[in-house]
Amino acid sequence: MLEERELLNKQEIEITIERLCRQLIENHNGFENTVIIGVQPRGTFLSKRILSKLQTLVSKTKIKSGNVDISFYRDDLLRRDEPIVPQEMDMDLTIEGKNVILIDDVLFTGRSIRSAIDALMTFGRPNSVELLTLIDRRYSRHLPIQPNYVGRTIDALESEKVIVEWDEVNGIDRILMRKSE
Amino acid sequence: MSNLSVDHLLGIKYLTTSDIELIFKTADNFKKIINQPIKKVPSLRDITIANLFFENSTRTKLSFELAEKRLSADVINFSSASSSVTKGETLLDTVNNILAMKVDIVVMRHPNPGASVFLSRNIDAKIVNAGDGTHEHPTQALLDAYSIREKYGEVKGKKIVIIGDILHSRVALSNIYCLQKLGAEVRVCGPSSLMPKHLDALNVSHFSDLKEALNWCDVANVLRIQLERQAVNYFPSLREYAMVYGINKNLLDSLGKEITIMHPGPINRGVELSSDVADSKHSIILDQVENGVANRMAVIYLLAGKIKNN
Repeated sequence: MLEERELLNKQEIEITIERLCRQLIENHNGFENTVIIGVQPRGTFLSKRILSKLQTLVSKTKIKSGNVDISFYRDDLLRRDEPIVPQEMDMDLTIEGKNVILIDDVLFTGRSIRSAIDALMTFGRPNSVELLTLIDRRYSRHLPIQPNYVGRTIDALESEKVIVEWDEVNGIDRILMRKSE
Repeated sequence: MSNLSVDHLLGIKYLTTSDIELIFKTADNFKKIINQPIKKVPSLRDITIANLFFENSTRTKLSFELAEKRLSADVINFSSASSSVTKGETLLDTVNNILAMKVDIVVMRHPNPGASVFLSRNIDAKIVNAGDGTHEHPTQALLDAYSIREKYGEVKGKKIVIIGDILHSRVALSNIYCLQKLGAEVRVCGPSSLMPKHLDALNVSHFSDLKEALNWCDVANVLRIQLERQAVNYFPSLREYAMVYGINKNLLDSLGKEITIMHPGPINRGVELSSDVADSKHSIILDQVENGVANRMAVIYLLAGKIKNN
């Protein structure tokens, strides 16, 4: 039996994104030396939203951005039944000496972020790397990785799934928690 | 479709069209990777690959080895000239001995057609055929078709002529299978003595006249004359072959259209291609080499994804 409950609706997501953007501005000021990197595939939707909101708030500079694909940097190629389908590596920028904001939708075990940091480092040596995530599933980390900016912190069981839906894919913005028994 | 339908790459004959498209899509990703500042990914760091070359090879071996190393696999190399094969060991014994060292993937070149199929039935490792006698050379066909796709956007509907020694060529056979599966029209050109008897069965027709062939095609894939495979003389002399079937700049200029020249290497300069053609802007020979690494990375990565580590 599937049991679903809504964690955030469209309006709440909008408010959360706006708050996250203001926190980013607080730390990154004019964004002259900052780049925003979405983690393929799911983090890119959030990254796009953050970017367009930021750009309306910080109109002076054009904020640089890219997307990083972690497929070839994962550690579970031989441990899963489903093949890993690579996505586009969209990194036409330098991160050497930059302050990088890594963006993903849900932070769970931290393994994807570990892969993303490895993938990122092949493009140069950034000055710093921060992590922004919409949902932080705390107490479920396999690695010592913590986000700098969090939309909502939740407690969930291993068997529960957090599903982030975006207008451009699912026709609606919402975040669900699905319990499978 | 996000997984190969096969467990080994034995020949293009065994692949579906979507397998080939999946390999190309994956190779696109790897082509980006090998043009990054750091050209290596850690994907296959717990995989061991043996390159078994029972026949001479320079670029295929280098290309495979580079592809494997860019994927962070552990690589062991073996070539028959310096091994116990010369002491009379059988293929199966040689390979089983190597597998006892816990090898996951075997890349093999062998002078006997079907050697890789034999291996896949008898041992427990993923097999990649790097050329088996006069049978198939699947990764060469993949990189050739990939290079055409890169140049023209797609392979479908393109006219490709394969020129030279079709009879002894595994590159020709794999190319014919691959290009036809992708929807291209393939014909061959060369002296009748170097044409196989089964051309009709492959649905391929034959040009005897080189100029006619070049006027018809979009792409000319020129093969090397493989003197080492020819037990008898199939044509009077290399000089005569070069005069009738060699491509030079004057001939290309007389066509009234631009065609693309490919060659799997190594080139016999002055025989099948003159230097001014091999080094001209029509030639995509060096792109083929770069695409070879990306395609071999894709094949190995996709096969490795089918290994279960538990």
